[in-house]
Amino acid sequence: MSTRITRRRSGFSVRLLAPLLLVPLMLAPVAMAAEAEGHGGEPAHVNWQDWKANNQISDQASLQRGAANFANYCASCHSLKYLRYERMAKDLGIPDDLLRKNLLPDGAKPTDYMMVNFPKADAEAWFGKMPPDLSLITRSKGSDYVYQFLKSFYVDESTATKSNNLALPGAAMPAVLSELEGVKRAVFAEQGAVGGHGGGPVVERFEEVAAGSLSPEKYDAFVRDTVNYISYAGEPSQLQRSALGIWVVLFLLVFTGFAWLLKREYWRDVH
Amino acid sequence: MGGHSSESGPARTGFMGWLNKRLPVDAFVKGSMTEYYAPKNFNVWYFFGSLALLVLVMQLITGVFLTMHYKVGEATAFDSVEYIMREVPYGWLLRYLHSTGASAFFIVVYLHMFRAMLYGSYKAPRELLWLFGMVIYLALMAEAFMGYVLPWGNMSFWGAQVIVNLFGTIPVIGPGLVEWIRGDYGIADATLNRFFSLHVVAVPLVLLLLVALHLVALHETGSNNPDGVEIKDNKDAKGNPVDGIAFHPYYTIKDVFGVGVFLTLFCIVVFFMPTFGGIFLEKPNFEVANAMSTPDHIAPVWYFTPFYAILRAVPDQQLGALAMALSLVCLVLLPWLDRSPVRSIRYRGWMWKTALTLFVISFVMLGYLGLMPPSPLYTTLARICSVVYFAFFVLMPIYTRLDPVKPVPTRLTSDHE
Repeated sequence: MSTRITRRRSGFSVRLLAPLLLVPLMLAPVAMAAEAEGHGGEPAHVNWQDWKANNQISDQASLQRGAANFANYCASCHSLKYLRYERMAKDLGIPDDLLRKNLLPDGAKPTDYMMVNFPKADAEAWFGKMPPDLSLITRSKGSDYVYQFLKSFYVDESTATKSNNLALPGAAMPAVLSELEGVKRAVFAEQGAVGGHGGGPVVERFEEVAAGSLSPEKYDAFVRDTVNYISYAGEPSQLQRSALGIWVVLFLLVFTGFAWLLKREYWRDVH
Repeated sequence: MGGHSSESGPARTGFMGWLNKRLPVDAFVKGSMTEYYAPKNFNVWYFFGSLALLVLVMQLITGVFLTMHYKVGEATAFDSVEYIMREVPYGWLLRYLHSTGASAFFIVVYLHMFRAMLYGSYKAPRELLWLFGMVIYLALMAEAFMGYVLPWGNMSFWGAQVIVNLFGTIPVIGPGLVEWIRGDYGIADATLNRFFSLHVVAVPLVLLLLVALHLVALHETGSNNPDGVEIKDNKDAKGNPVDGIAFHPYYTIKDVFGVGVFLTLFCIVVFFMPTFGGIFLEKPNFEVANAMSTPDHIAPVWYFTPFYAILRAVPDQQLGALAMALSLVCLVLLPWLDRSPVRSIRYRGWMWKTALTLFVISFVMLGYLGLMPPSPLYTTLARICSVVYFAFFVLMPIYTRLDPVKPVPTRLTSDHE
């Protein structure tokens, strides 16, 4: 964009700007070398292990979207067995009528825990195991893990689900979100190349096989909202916790200040 | 001590007079508070005794309320902790106060013990005071370990497996002893139930008794101080130490300030980082105990890791367990290993200062190494630190006698801070 602007102006500005533009160009190889060094001289690859969920637990709109995403795409297989619908609606500012209309499964009461009506035998026949409860997944594995998991499905013809996952190799879960994300192929570095963290397989890049109904940015936002919600479900009290904590700490600071003044007053005459 | 009560002021009338004839309330308050003289040069290190008492009380109170909602048993324990976290009003606060309190207890106690090492507070005539303190520390370790098992998370389960199995390394009686402790062939429902009983009833009673003995012994000898000078050697006409000051109101007020600072830091953790990045509450413990699934890396909670690192540093498991036990025994023997004529580090020579510095570095390093998965480099470092740890104690009778100490003043040198 800056080049277009300079071209529209007279030639002298180009001459003036050229050295300035050259500086970053000259520095680029240095920066690239530094980056390559940071990765032990490996060729560029997808650092999926560094992807961060960046939860915003105070973003209520994001949590509400996440609740809807979870109800539509996750809840038929995954329970949140320690969370009640009513509690969730209250914490997330969702009115009762909307809860009943959009989020409550048929036959469930608002006071029910979020369970799945899923015969265990069917689950074992389809996936080989019961889909895990997700109440505490962000607490035991971390939000970043869940984010990485939902973003790193790729085509793998060798598995029963025709897909595989970088964060959880051999995942029993099929790539159910591919209608949104699209289908992608992982291009691995040559056999034996080990890099990134933990010595996992090195992915040089992803290639799109089929587009999904969401753009990459929208899918990313979808996953972030969903992970934000699952993180909320892992510890519903965290909303209350930080809100109360500010007042407690402020009180203690004032208290400690007065305690110091009192101590100084008492000790004034001690020598 | 009680003798002072009749001398000072007229006898009380009314209700307090009636009460004092039947219960020595005034005599007790005078003897241990208003006419109990403490050195007036206590510095910041002297906050940790009263803070340890504060944390103990806090653990007892939060523990009582947690016990109202916790359901002991293999099938119910984990769910009931989540029930406390989600459904019990302010249950999350009770639980975080208690779990953070456990770590805070050890932080405070470690600093309290280090204070004793800085100023030689364990030396005669306070050996028994140190011994009671060490038994409190051991009881506290048992209490913390059993409390850690109660949520019945996967790290609770595997941590219990590892620690209880240590008793199996004792020759002859080991295997039978382990079974007796567990009440089963593995860590199971029976183990959880007895740990609950011990954590909630038996060990707290022992702790309270020991704390009482610790305080009685303290009041008998009087507190040491940063100069390591005996204030009882210089008394005024009334028989009170010249360099002493009444515990109440001076130190009670000062301790209130210390409590304020402590609680501020404590509450920042409780409200804003209760898992402390997976150190105070570990990630694998948010999965229910599962005998079929071992966590990637089993490590005890941070306050045990210096000793755990010593255990792992020794190639042989039996000798490792022995080294770990000895590392605690060394601490108990401190009053008799230290042959220095001087108490406080202020008047000790370079030998003690160097030794103590190396000891602290090795202890902290061992704590870090015990948290980390083993690697060849870490194992080597843990071995070096273990050697330094033991050398500090084993060589102590020698270097404390050779240490070029400075003359100790007869009166306190520093004013209060």
